[in-house]
Order: sequence, then structure tokens, then C-alpha cells
Amino acid sequence: MSVQSIAFSTGQLAEVRRLQGLYPDKRGALLPVLHMAQDTFGYVSLEVEEYVASLFGLSPAHVHEVVTFYTLYFRQPRGRHVVAVCHNLSCHLAGAPLILAHLKERLGIDVGETTDDGRITLQAVECLCACEAAPMMQVDDRYEMNLTPDKVDRIVEALR
Amino acid sequence: MSEKILSRNFGVKDSHTLKVYRETGGYTALAQALGREPAAILDEVKKSNLRGLGGAGFPTGMKWSFIPKNHSGPVYLVINADEGEPGTFKDRYLLERDPHALIEGMIIAARAIKSALGFVYIRGEYVEPWRRFTAAVREAYDAGYLGQGFDIVVHRGAGAYICGEETGLISSLEGKKGWPKVKPPFPAIKGAFGQPTIVNNVETICCVPHIINRGAAWFAGLGSKTQGGTRMYSVSGRVTTPGVYEESCAITLRELIERAGGVSGSGRLKAVVPGGSSAPILAAHEIDVVMDVDGLRNAGTMAGSAGVIVFDDTVSIPEALMVVARFYAHESCGQCTPCRESTGWIYKMCHRIVEGKGRKDDLDTILDVAKRGAGTTICAFYDGAVGPYISYIEKFRGEFEALCQR
Repeated sequence: MSVQSIAFSTGQLAEVRRLQGLYPDKRGALLPVLHMAQDTFGYVSLEVEEYVASLFGLSPAHVHEVVTFYTLYFRQPRGRHVVAVCHNLSCHLAGAPLILAHLKERLGIDVGETTDDGRITLQAVECLCACEAAPMMQVDDRYEMNLTPDKVDRIVEALR
Repeated sequence: MSEKILSRNFGVKDSHTLKVYRETGGYTALAQALGREPAAILDEVKKSNLRGLGGAGFPTGMKWSFIPKNHSGPVYLVINADEGEPGTFKDRYLLERDPHALIEGMIIAARAIKSALGFVYIRGEYVEPWRRFTAAVREAYDAGYLGQGFDIVVHRGAGAYICGEETGLISSLEGKKGWPKVKPPFPAIKGAFGQPTIVNNVETICCVPHIINRGAAWFAGLGSKTQGGTRMYSVSGRVTTPGVYEESCAITLRELIERAGGVSGSGRLKAVVPGGSSAPILAAHEIDVVMDVDGLRNAGTMAGSAGVIVFDDTVSIPEALMVVARFYAHESCGQCTPCRESTGWIYKMCHRIVEGKGRKDDLDTILDVAKRGAGTTICAFYDGAVGPYISYIEKFRGEFEALCQR
């Protein structure tokens, strides 16, 4: 990603200003704007942090501190899909370790890695609060519940 | 079985829409509340014995009354929809299936505390609940419920358990990392953006329209002596039918497990986490306990977020503690040394124990470290980690000792 390519469209800049206007201090819109930036540029590189900082009049260091604090901002390119398996207590009791092992073997990658074809990034995450349907995982925006190895296969198969 | 109040519409088709909400009595409490003085609404909520349902169990009306009377600037109402306590999933149901109940409750609460602006902080992973709730807010604006002196901003988090702690949430809402703040000043005095702020849980505010519609005495009568209402228990782990169960706060843990179809797996109960992973564990013989804030406190644990996780007797307690310890190590925000260091090291020790490489003095070391750090940190996160460290080891010591032979 070259530095020049990091810029929101005119419409997006209007959205940034709208978001900033919703908060008593425009800095309140930092998390939402970082979500927008990640959706637009794929991940939050140091260059993206600097660009976002400039939209808020904040130091790049402040934005870096924020980006590195939260789990949902990616600081490296991620796969086209993110598969995040919950490994907290209820999911653990329901077989999450088995689901994770199955995914690792099937995808040929470890947790935190992306398949060579750039299709899937695999994560193990803390409680996603769908314990009634354990074991479960998040695939991009979706919750996939009551997993079995077969069901996981079908879900992963459908990801392009 | 209790009357369903908060979950009454969960089985109704399109319950998330304004149309269905209105057809089932929605926004009638608001009409009533608009005809009442703020002080009268506050008084009604106080008398209802409503207590915070996010974790701390603080009396809601009392919290509202802490807003300074002579304050001339803005007051903010912040809804904590950063549901993240392991074992808890009830706010997800409310956001997805009854978002207008939260909106109506917020408008009424805002009138009581004289707030013109509310924020709803939804955890970043909750994409579908966020979409549902955002759509409901749009409907409420179009129908004129919002925008008439009270506005709602829907805010998405970005992944951090600590933002469910109210001052961590405020830091995050202000565009910072979610570090909790030293109290006092409490948020009601100096909260979001430096202004008096009330932070309430989703479920807590969803109770408010019902209190206004049917009265404080009715609501108080649904629960126990010191906690009014029903509550949404999230039941998971080794039970036959995991799910959200709305029951009186006066239900016992034994009854609640029966509601969820009883113990699955071996069918023999070993232990229960009664209020989310931060609540000290109860052994099988301790389940004749009333599930309200005081009942569980008297039993040496806490009602917390009402996330109930059931263990049958095939569950390894050391392994369960390792999973829990990994969570606290991952989610510690790193601000306070005792928490940052202890959560990391205790996880490592738990991991070693589960691998069969535990040393004889490991258990006493964990207990010592846990007890020394409790109460020394800015927020309650570390105390929440200490609960499981101590209770799992003290109540099931033999199981740990079998793995610590070196």
C-alpha cells in the first residue's frame, strides 16, 4: 500500500465529519473512523494511523496506542475472511479445542496465520457471548454456532 | 416459572421492529413518563429495587440520584452493551430481539437524569446486534420518539473486555485505549467527556418501561426482598438445554439448572460458575442458594452478569481454571502492575499444572499472589480474576495436587 493511495473519498470524508460531530469532543469518533479505515484500506498500517491522526488533529502516537490496544484492528494484511474460534470456558467444555485442531489441520496454518492463497486468517478469541450455542466461531460478520467438524468443513468450503 | 417480562416478545416474529413493539404495548410507558416529573420517575425506579444487571448490582435509582443537582452543563446516559463476561449472552438477545425496549427505557431514564444525549456502546464483535439496534434507532427517529430533546449515538467498540468496566468504557468512548480511571470521581460526578454520566447495562434499562407501566411495587414484588424484578440468566456448559432463562431474582441455582433441563454429560453435577467467569465457583453441594445479588454475596460469590456455567463431574477443574486464567491474562489492560503481572504468571503456572509439570508449591504461590493483589488495582478486573483463582483451587485442591507432584 503506497502512502498516496491512503485517502478517503469525498463522501467518506463527509462521513468522518458527521461522526466527529456526534461526540462532544470529535476524538470520540476515533474508533468508528478506524473501523472505516480498516474496511477501506484492508488493515491499519502505520501510514493509515498517520492519515487518521491527521483527520483528528491527534498525534500518530495516540492513534497507534489506540489501534494496538484493541483486538479488532489488524496491523498486517489479513485473509479475505477471518475465522475466529471462541476458546473460552463454555466453548472449551463443548469441544472448542477439537474445532481449532480441525481447522488448523484443514487449513494447514496455525492460529494467527493466513493461508497462502490469502483466503482465510485463523484466530482463537475470547468469549464472543454465544455460549448457548457452543462451540461457536465468528466468520467475518457472522456468528456460526453449534459447530461440529463437518459443519466447520461446510462453512470453510463456502468461503471464497 | 416467572411471568416473562423482558423476554416476552422473544418468540414473536419481527419482534425487533417498531410495528411489533407498538402492537405489544411498546412506547406506552414513555407516554406516561412524559407526563411525570423527573423526580417522580427517579423515585419510582428507586422503589422498584431495580439493581444493575451488568455485574456490580448497584441500586439503579440510587446511581441516578448521584447526578449533581446544581449541574448546569450536559449530562450523558451511556448504555453498556459491551457484553463480554464469559458465560453471558443475554444482552445480545435483547439488542437483537427487543431493541425498542432499550430505546424506550433510555428515553425515560434520560428524562429522570435530565440528559439530552445517550450513547450505546456495543462490542465490536456484535455486528448483527449493532445492525439491528441501529435500524431500530432509525425507526425511533422517524417515528419522532428520538430527536425531541433526546438523541442516541450508537458506538461500536473494537474488541477489549475491559471496556465493559464503566470507566474503561468511558475512556474508549472518548477515543482512547480503554484504560479504567481512578474513582472517585465517579462517573455520575465526572464521567464521559468530563461531564456527569450514568452508565447502565442494557438489561437494566430494558426494565424501566415495565416499572413505569406497572409500578414499582409490582416490579419489586417479582424479585427478592432486596432486588426487584426478573432477570435474564444465561445458562451454558453441561446442561441439557442451554439458553437465556428469564426468572425471578429469587430463584435458587438448583431450580435454575432444572429449568435448563438439568445437568448433561455424566448427569452428575460437580460445580457451577454462578455469575460469569469472575464469580467464585460453587461446588455441587452449594447450589441451594438464592440467585439475587445478596444471596450470592452471602454465599461468598457474586451474581455478576448472571452467566451460569455448569460443570458435570467429568470436567477437569485445573483445565477449566487454565482456560479462565488465559482469558484474564489476555484481557488485563496492563495499567496496574499487580494485575498485569499476576494474570500473566498465574496463567503460565496453570498451564504448567495442566501439562502435569506442576510443582508442589505452585498452588500456594498462586493463592499467595492472588490474595496479595486483590483490592490493590484501579478497577475490579483483577478482583474478578482472583475470584476463580482462589475458589477453584481452594474448593478442588485435591484435583490440582494430583497434577503437582514435582
